[in-house]
Amino acid sequence: MRNAWTIAKREFNMYFVSPVAYAVSFVLLVVLGLFFFGSFLGAANFGGPPDPTATIGPFVIIMLFSVPAVTMRLMAEEQRTGTIELLLTAPVRDWEMVFGKWLAAFAFAALLILVTLVYPFILSQYTTPGLDQGALQGMYAGLFLMIAAMLAVGVFASALFANQIAAFFLSMGILVALWILGAVLQSANGPMADFLNYLIFSRHYYDNFLSGAAKLEDIVYFVSVVALFLFLATRIVESRRWR
Amino acid sequence: MIQVELLTKRYGERTAIKDLTFHANRGEIVGFLGLNGAGKTTTMRILTGYMPPTAGGGRVAGFDLIAESIEVRKRVGYLPENVPLYPEMTVVQYLDFMAELRRIPKREDRVDEAMETVHIEDRAESFVGNLSKGLRQRVGLAQALLHNPEVLILDEPMDGLDPQQQIEVKKLFREVGKEKTVMLSTHILAHAQELCDRIIIINQGQIVAEDTPERLNRQLAGGDRIHVMVDGDGTGLLDTLKALPGLTRVRAVRDGEFEIETTPGRDARPEIARAVVDGGWPLLEIHREALSLEKIFIELTKDESAESRA
Repeated sequence: MRNAWTIAKREFNMYFVSPVAYAVSFVLLVVLGLFFFGSFLGAANFGGPPDPTATIGPFVIIMLFSVPAVTMRLMAEEQRTGTIELLLTAPVRDWEMVFGKWLAAFAFAALLILVTLVYPFILSQYTTPGLDQGALQGMYAGLFLMIAAMLAVGVFASALFANQIAAFFLSMGILVALWILGAVLQSANGPMADFLNYLIFSRHYYDNFLSGAAKLEDIVYFVSVVALFLFLATRIVESRRWR
Repeated sequence: MIQVELLTKRYGERTAIKDLTFHANRGEIVGFLGLNGAGKTTTMRILTGYMPPTAGGGRVAGFDLIAESIEVRKRVGYLPENVPLYPEMTVVQYLDFMAELRRIPKREDRVDEAMETVHIEDRAESFVGNLSKGLRQRVGLAQALLHNPEVLILDEPMDGLDPQQQIEVKKLFREVGKEKTVMLSTHILAHAQELCDRIIIINQGQIVAEDTPERLNRQLAGGDRIHVMVDGDGTGLLDTLKALPGLTRVRAVRDGEFEIETTPGRDARPEIARAVVDGGWPLLEIHREALSLEKIFIELTKDESAESRA
């Protein structure tokens, strides 16, 4: 576990050495700023209630494409340059490396999520009686969970390839597929459809968390996605042993 | 310190190494000699716990290679081929990171010591990506020495070093080789001869010879090959040379140039030189050709393939 922490620290620092961190944060904040401004203006002109989802919705959509950018490097680069050999001939277990990488990505993403808190904060300041704090906490708790799951998918894709672009597209593909599965399944029913429905990322977020309700079912779902994809990533790293 | 038996590694259909059995003792430098693709890197990856063998096993630093891989890794220092390092870290950052993974107490001191050992302390703040091949090699070496390991495994440690650096690195290996077990791979015979107490020659995944450099030399050298060059076309010299005793084969390469093979164990150069000068030919050059690794390989593998055909 300590090794995972050591690896996470290094990887987190690397985000700020590379331009990826700055590019992702820049795009995110500019786009969210525009959405926020529009929504704020609308609310002011028409007297609607303050709506924190005006920035959270776009944030989630941007993350669908930003998460692959944040995770693509993590494992792929180690495999391409061969540095993974030095890492795994040190007394480091495969899962410690995978978990450490994910932890670093999560810490970076958490930073981004925390920065977006500025919008609800402003909303709260300029309205009375302010935002419903309970609902806001629910939204953000859900956000952390969902991003954690997305990052695990990204780490998995990065473990599969020694090429960052391939890792980027695979994780984006999985994430978008899990996102829009609902549109495809609208008319379907039966146990298969129920199961696929359960897999849809957006349902677990939009149906409950976004209205501020944290349901155990949804928490279990996101935690399971993290566990499953980190487990698969570990298996892929291990596969060098029997290939 | 290193003791392996019947190590075999298959990648799908391809067998990379087959039934390797060898050992290396404390205070010994063992050279792993073979052409590219002979199975050196595969063997070293197994010894360092990067991957397990398909069959066979052994002990390194007193622990089982497969069941106690983490314990083995704690006690082994490894320099992989081509020295993969993180280019975006400084030398100090990188070594500190590796030291933290290895749970080294008083990390800062050990990192400083390791950098001094390989003479890289003046580049401590340089980014690894900006270093030359030789300097990167030294950073990799510092990394391998950080935790003062009992066993050092070095894959092609001389690759990419200039002659001056090679001399320095060899000195370093001899120093650490006194109290550690050092196993290094190379495809250059001269390096192995100069540095190693024992040489294991590996070809197509199998050990074809194993001995001290001196004995290996004697065994492999067979006869000498001597080149003679005279001014002019050397008319008549061929017959003169053929008349000398103890020469197995004499042939003219071109006008004035001859190639002579002799029986093992004796240096025929004085006799040949005398015969040439006495006969009145102006001798320009006479030298003995050392058998290169490639030739030794041809020798070693020739016998084998002949046997398998039979």
